Amino acid sequence: MRIGIVCPYSWDVPGGVQFHVRDLAEHLIRQGHTVSVLAPADEETPLPPYAVSAGRAVPVPYNGSVARLNFGFLSAARVRRWVHDGDFDVLHIHEPAAPSLALLTCWAARGPIVATFHTSNPRSRAMIAAYPILQPALEKISARIAVSEYARRTLVEHLGGDAVVIPNGVDVRFFASAEPKAEWQGRTIGFIGRIDEPRKGLPVLMRALPGILAEHPDARLLVAGRGDEKEAVAGLPVPMRDRVEFLGMISDEDKARLLRSVDLYVAPNTGGESFGIILVEAMSAAAPVLASDLDAFAQVLDGGAAGELFPNEDADALAAAANRLLADPGRLAELRERGSSHVLRFDWSTVGSDILAVYETVADGAGAVAPDERVGLLGRLGFARD
Amino acid sequence: MTTVIWIAVALLLVGVYLSWTAGRLDRLHARIDAARAALDAQLLRRASIAQELATAGVFDPAASMVLYQAAHAARLAEDEQREVAESELSQALRAVLAESAQVLAIREAPGGPPMVEELVAGVRRVPMARRFHNDAVRAARAVRRHRTVRWFRLAGHAPFPMAFEMDDEPPTSLTNRSAG
Repeated sequence: MRIGIVCPYSWDVPGGVQFHVRDLAEHLIRQGHTVSVLAPADEETPLPPYAVSAGRAVPVPYNGSVARLNFGFLSAARVRRWVHDGDFDVLHIHEPAAPSLALLTCWAARGPIVATFHTSNPRSRAMIAAYPILQPALEKISARIAVSEYARRTLVEHLGGDAVVIPNGVDVRFFASAEPKAEWQGRTIGFIGRIDEPRKGLPVLMRALPGILAEHPDARLLVAGRGDEKEAVAGLPVPMRDRVEFLGMISDEDKARLLRSVDLYVAPNTGGESFGIILVEAMSAAAPVLASDLDAFAQVLDGGAAGELFPNEDADALAAAANRLLADPGRLAELRERGSSHVLRFDWSTVGSDILAVYETVADGAGAVAPDERVGLLGRLGFARD
Repeated sequence: MTTVIWIAVALLLVGVYLSWTAGRLDRLHARIDAARAALDAQLLRRASIAQELATAGVFDPAASMVLYQAAHAARLAEDEQREVAESELSQALRAVLAESAQVLAIREAPGGPPMVEELVAGVRRVPMARRFHNDAVRAARAVRRHRTVRWFRLAGHAPFPMAFEMDDEPPTSLTNRSAG
């Protein structure tokens, strides 16, 4: 199949959606499909051979944070040219409900379009205002994919309609075959995520840490992620501070090795998660998982069967659960085993074939993708530009 | 004179809007047609693999007969009975494949593994195709309920789109991938 994928966010900025698009494209290419990815990127950014730049993204304040977006005539023209030259059987756009390249593509193309909704943002004011404009563009999407049951529910509530649930993919073997590192082993608790982003939940873990260290004085906390390290340990009693080790930003390989090494992986996120890819990665590496009971996390952990859950933002419950687990090697081994078998449904081999099934379903009985030339009355009367 | 120009401009704008809405509706109807064709193809595919299984001699005679009857009825059903017949096929598949031992039995039969794969693909794609179809139907209905669309009869003679409602729950022995 000839597949065109649109990545809404800058290729040079690391992020969940970008990684998902990259892995999906590489998986499909390995399966023998022709794939082209359209993504915003600076001129000097090195791009893989399958990616095409849609030009530089402009930083714009949107919905409380700075979004880097593409819009305007130039971007629209590039999208049209890409759609025209690509001659795709199916288009796969990501995050179409945000003002982004994906929405622009939806506007400029017709034919079988598949869309993946990643985040489950509450409906924003801008979206309500833009609804009449947005709706005709979103109507062109022939198949919607939500990354979790939770994301699907918000999608149904906010935009109406329905979607199939296909989780994000992970290369299970990459994590499962990583070599553990001796210095990260021995009663270690792992945390990966931005230190200065409270929604990632490090403050909750820091509040729970004295309780854990009281029962397990030899335990160590390994923190991997960007942010101010001094500020993170500020709330901790001074003698306990050396039990926390900061690893800074780590590579994918080190992340896999860290997850392979730790005795317990803790995900204390307090909100804003629609999927929880990190839990899947931890389970792939056979790390026992203890996570807050967010909807999305509970779903990924099979309601608590593949990993333990604690009440969100409850540091005491977190400490109690961590103490119980660290004292019970049998339970940890059981969690390792359950996680490893549960995680197979998130492997790219499964996720990729599900996504391909969606492509085939919408491409059946529909024409190829083409630029949308029907531009109202003028077009209908035969005055369309070519 | 200016009034005439204003009226002309207003009429032109209304014309452009109506034409655009008609185009939008046309596109939605085309999307429903494509989704319906895809759904038909998936349902037929599922029914024929079920029928093939029923006649392959891997199940006991009672299970084979139940499955054969349901698959046969689903393939030949008229439009009005289609939803019921397809739901009954889903139920028959769930009943016959209730135990994972049955799936194992197919897998061990000669030419079994590709058959299981095809069956898994079938029971997975029917709900997908149905969701996409009903999503298109909902979008078209939302536009067709607009006053402008009704007053100016922009939908033309296209029939009011109907959702396809059926029981498409797949047998758990086929969807539980971590086990297989």
